[in-house]
Amino acid sequence: MSLSRAKDLGLPLMNLVRLKGIPILEQLHLEERLLRTSSHNWCIVNDGTNVPTIVMGMSGKPAQLLELGPVMEDRVPVIKRFTGGGTVIVDKSTLFVSFICNKDDVPNVQPYPRSVMAWSGSLYGEVFKGINGFQLRENDYVFGDRKFGGNAQSIIRNRWIHHTSFLWDYNVRNMAYLKLPSRVPQYRLERDHTDFVCKMKDYIERSDFVEKTIKAVGNQFALKQVNLKDIDSYTEAENNLKTTRLLTLEELEKAMADTS
Amino acid sequence: MALRLLWASRVASHLRISVAQRGFASAVLKDLKYADSHEWVKIEGTKATFGITDHAQDHLGDVVYVELPDVGLTVSQGKSFGAVESVKATSDINSPVSGTVVEVNKELTESPGLVNSSPYDQGWIVKVELSDAGEAEKLMDSDNYSKFCEEEDAKH
Repeated sequence: MSLSRAKDLGLPLMNLVRLKGIPILEQLHLEERLLRTSSHNWCIVNDGTNVPTIVMGMSGKPAQLLELGPVMEDRVPVIKRFTGGGTVIVDKSTLFVSFICNKDDVPNVQPYPRSVMAWSGSLYGEVFKGINGFQLRENDYVFGDRKFGGNAQSIIRNRWIHHTSFLWDYNVRNMAYLKLPSRVPQYRLERDHTDFVCKMKDYIERSDFVEKTIKAVGNQFALKQVNLKDIDSYTEAENNLKTTRLLTLEELEKAMADTS
Repeated sequence: MALRLLWASRVASHLRISVAQRGFASAVLKDLKYADSHEWVKIEGTKATFGITDHAQDHLGDVVYVELPDVGLTVSQGKSFGAVESVKATSDINSPVSGTVVEVNKELTESPGLVNSSPYDQGWIVKVELSDAGEAEKLMDSDNYSKFCEEEDAKH
């Protein structure tokens, strides 16, 4: 749908930012800044990140979630992000899609986790139409009973973010850095990582997924492409509000020592 | 639902305040004040205790973590000062009044679920020394808050 046609229909505006290989820390800092200091709606698509990185949710405890010995030995970066949810290891094959919305621009969605999650499931239902077995199951995107997309959110007074890391492909060796978490969805049963997840590449072409996602978003919003270099004009000055951060080696060492 | 009203009555009896009966809706306690971001506040002289309402905890789902502010932090009415995490989401907690944090509920570190099971009592989050007692006039009473919740839920 063209921007002018979308505007004619009275659809709210959403800025679309398409990135490739941006470091996940930079992406998360950008998202946190846009959530808190912009009044616009945003869709951010990052096609892969530069190096394998572990990303934990806000309350994540490294000793409980990570095999700290190998993580430190192999110097895998560990980030604690500003949204909730679990732990993932992301790399150049991961696809990231994030939505930052004013609650008033999505009036049929209450600014609460379950409502936002249901909205996202419906949107991606359009993307994966015709692909057997896609569903939002508890809080994950699955094909059948295998997870390929992990979700997390942050909700502030009048805005929310819902972001997803899509497991396009994975390296079994990287999965070994993650422990089985204590909080798991019921449908996981007792499966380990490799039996629980699946590769999105086995179900859809990469470019097809991105274009269908943008098309599905365009059915609800008037999309306007914005370049990364122009984003400053859409936000207020940064005021050190970043809570997403890279954990230091000292912090990881202390976490490991505290459990011995 | 009957259990929820029984719980609310017990809490109210303990707190010596009366309960507004809202049928199948979330519990709202009289004699508390409420913000439109779903925090409650109990004012006693120059001190205030607050947390999130039953409506909020019900919509958020199981709380798994509470990010508590530091004692000594200055909070401002309507501004965020901490967060709760429920399953996949972090949600800001906004201060219903302005002041200085004098105590935080450390029980929530080990038992964040108290926010769900006892939002007005054991799930209190912060106590502050008020800097502007008059600000409470801007908050809703229990009847207005009840209507506010009903209107919000009816929209969806």
